[in-house]
Amino acid sequence: MLTYLLKRLLEMIPTLIGITLISFLILQLAPGKPTDVLTEMNPKITPEARERLEKLYGLDKPIMTQYWMWMKRVVKLDFGESFTTDRRPVMDKIWDTKLPLIDRRLFITFLINVLSTVLIFLIAIPIGISSATHQNSLFDKISTVFVFTGFAMPGFWFALLLMMLFGIYLDVLPISGFKSMEYESLSLSGQIWDRTKHLILPVFVSSFGGLAGISRYMRSSMLEVIKQDYIMTARAKGLPDATVIYKHGLRNALLPIITILGLSVPGLIGGSVIFEQVFGIPGMGQLFYMSVMMRDYPMVMCILTIGGFLTLVGNMVADIGYSLADPRIRAK
Amino acid sequence: MNKKRASLLYLILAACVIFTGIEGRAADNSESGQPAYGDALITGSIGEPSILIPMLAGDSASHDVAGLIFNGLVKYNTDLTVIGDLAESWDISSDGLVITFNLKKGVQWTDGVEFTADDVMFGYKTIINEKTPTPYKEDYLQVKKAEVLDRYTFRVTYDKPFAPALTTWGSLIVLPKHLLEGKDITKSDLTRKPVGMGMYILNRWTSGQEVVLDSNKNYFEGRPYINRYIYKIIPDPATMFLELQSGSVDMMGLTPIQFTKQTDTDFFIKNFQKYRYPVFSYTYMGFNLKHPWFKDKRVRQAIAYAIDKGEIVDVVLFGLGSPATGPYVPNTWVYNPDVKKYGHDIKKSMELLKDAGWEDSDGDGVLDKDGKKFEFSVLTNMGNSLRVKTATIIQYRLKKIGIKMNIRALEWSTFINEFIDKRRFETVILGWSIGIDPDQYDIWHSSKTKEKEFNFVSYNNPEVDELLEKGRRTFDIDKRKEAYHRIQEILADELPYIFLYVPDATPIVHSRFQGIKPTTIGISYNLHKWYVPKSLQKHVMEQ
Repeated sequence: MLTYLLKRLLEMIPTLIGITLISFLILQLAPGKPTDVLTEMNPKITPEARERLEKLYGLDKPIMTQYWMWMKRVVKLDFGESFTTDRRPVMDKIWDTKLPLIDRRLFITFLINVLSTVLIFLIAIPIGISSATHQNSLFDKISTVFVFTGFAMPGFWFALLLMMLFGIYLDVLPISGFKSMEYESLSLSGQIWDRTKHLILPVFVSSFGGLAGISRYMRSSMLEVIKQDYIMTARAKGLPDATVIYKHGLRNALLPIITILGLSVPGLIGGSVIFEQVFGIPGMGQLFYMSVMMRDYPMVMCILTIGGFLTLVGNMVADIGYSLADPRIRAK
Repeated sequence: MNKKRASLLYLILAACVIFTGIEGRAADNSESGQPAYGDALITGSIGEPSILIPMLAGDSASHDVAGLIFNGLVKYNTDLTVIGDLAESWDISSDGLVITFNLKKGVQWTDGVEFTADDVMFGYKTIINEKTPTPYKEDYLQVKKAEVLDRYTFRVTYDKPFAPALTTWGSLIVLPKHLLEGKDITKSDLTRKPVGMGMYILNRWTSGQEVVLDSNKNYFEGRPYINRYIYKIIPDPATMFLELQSGSVDMMGLTPIQFTKQTDTDFFIKNFQKYRYPVFSYTYMGFNLKHPWFKDKRVRQAIAYAIDKGEIVDVVLFGLGSPATGPYVPNTWVYNPDVKKYGHDIKKSMELLKDAGWEDSDGDGVLDKDGKKFEFSVLTNMGNSLRVKTATIIQYRLKKIGIKMNIRALEWSTFINEFIDKRRFETVILGWSIGIDPDQYDIWHSSKTKEKEFNFVSYNNPEVDELLEKGRRTFDIDKRKEAYHRIQEILADELPYIFLYVPDATPIVHSRFQGIKPTTIGISYNLHKWYVPKSLQKHVMEQ
């Protein structure tokens, strides 16, 4: 097991390098440069001033040299300085050690994604199981409509509807942001409740769209399992229905879901970009969106590298989970 | 906000559909309470400031906030004349080459140190420094000599008279020397925790969430009534509008549909006050004058006659704007109302096209000449729905006279780098944000046609060149007026651009705020005089 883990970890290195290289090249393919924001269509900028700025950012060098320079810094975990006018270190923006943990961008995004993933699984797995065991029943049909509605509805639109309902008509939840104006003056429990209120809608919206996928996978995987001989055996020896489904069936049916969990990481990070924008949540997704618009290469590269890394870790965790759940894999 | 853009011109980006700059219109609130200190004003912005030192900032969010923290030597008065800010007075030598500023005495930086001419000198030296990454260097490189005559007197000498020179000494330039001397300005703590002398002082800035400012009790023009100014960052305009309804935002810029329809309810009429006034910008359709078809003035005029500008203003802006006749905003001293106008006139349009040799000889409904059909594309930037809608209306109008126009919306950087810079376009729909100073040398002068320069339509008229030169080399307002009025006449006749419309800024402010006096330069110029009567104050804060 240990050698297997080690091998997987080592394999991650070239993959990650490949990811960064491709990201770097694709980023350069997009027209425009980071200096554009300052210089584009600004009559006060002379061509010489433009060149000076480009030199300042190291943009006058060939792409591969730029990549190599970037790589040399990144192995020392130095992601460089942002190209925006504030010129802050990139890591400082994502993980600002001067702020409390809860206000650091990476943590916010991580927290919301973990919460919504947990929520997705808590809701989708029971739905999937019931749909499978009561195939073609009314419940199956209703839940199918329900999860596909969530899947088909544009997240930003659904978010706005919920904001109107809970923020204005019922006036029970905040509309956007990640803390209230009077946050600083609240007691600790008040602060926790304040954060929770701000999290409810974003977590709900980001999980609602994910329900369809997982519950449908769960349903079909369960249907598959129920048809197996060992389930028939279990039933034949007179086990109660619940034991058959939840002990013998569920464990086998969960295997493909574990793989999907690992693969869902990039989707979650992508989703963060949209709902953080709509809810005005100061997370990594919002920063990513702004950075792309500003062509802030170091910032974009840093977020892509972190995203790539998280995806690889997600895959590995899925593999480990898989081998824990399935003795057949462990044996190999 | 406009004072910082004094001599700046730049294309309005897509984001500017929501104006975060706040300025206003006639309807004034009846004074129903005594001015009182207290309360907080929360304003919503889609963009976050990036740096709070004015000369290093390139985005409007940074300038909006930094403008509350820093002042300049001069500023624009509500009638667009230049008045003193930190300067008590100034003298311009008769040849227009030397400007001597006499500074106000006793103004303090918020850390208690007195503001002097050394701070102005320091700011000037910093902005012209090779190592300072600022987009605003150019104006200051025109200065031949700068000197500190005594503690309160600062003098600059120019090589040639330069009319916009005075206004460049606005709020970009003043920096606290005692805090920054000998330091790398881009690395300084002051970029995120600035020390200024303006009406507000930075309290805290939480990235991605809010910038909180407290009033400067020692502000040299008097302590602001409103104790706290919160600049709340809400990237999504629809979300911001909901926050306005819920009471978490007091002030924001509205879109045309929000202004005319969505805020036309009892709730909004009761609780909010809307303002409206023209923005210093205009949207235009520009022709590539190197293109064989559009070289011909008659063709450009024919297209102008085919377009109904009033219709564009009504449909695209819901009436919140005015048709443009030239590159200046109506009701300003430089605006010339008596230029050639192009009403919607299909007959005239057809005649002009016929003169130019365009006729529908094969009867397919599309004009042709020498076997070629009159079909071209118009490029605009993606994300600005107003421009795409404008293009669609023009497309419909041109179809009626037998011209086929295709619309292509492109991502901003691609648009500029691949099409504008390389001159790969037939026509474009774009906008210019203009400064209050009328100098538009960079847009119309024939020497400004190189790549990355702004006369990208390749306009060339020796008389206009001469007038542009004349206009920027004299401080005499009558002579300048004469030059710019003539330029507008020529442009209206030659139509290198078809000037389409000047949009209105449409901010909304919660009605508990009083003392707002809308003028041509907007409403926020006297922010420190806004107040909320004691009985209406909403946010009560410990002092």
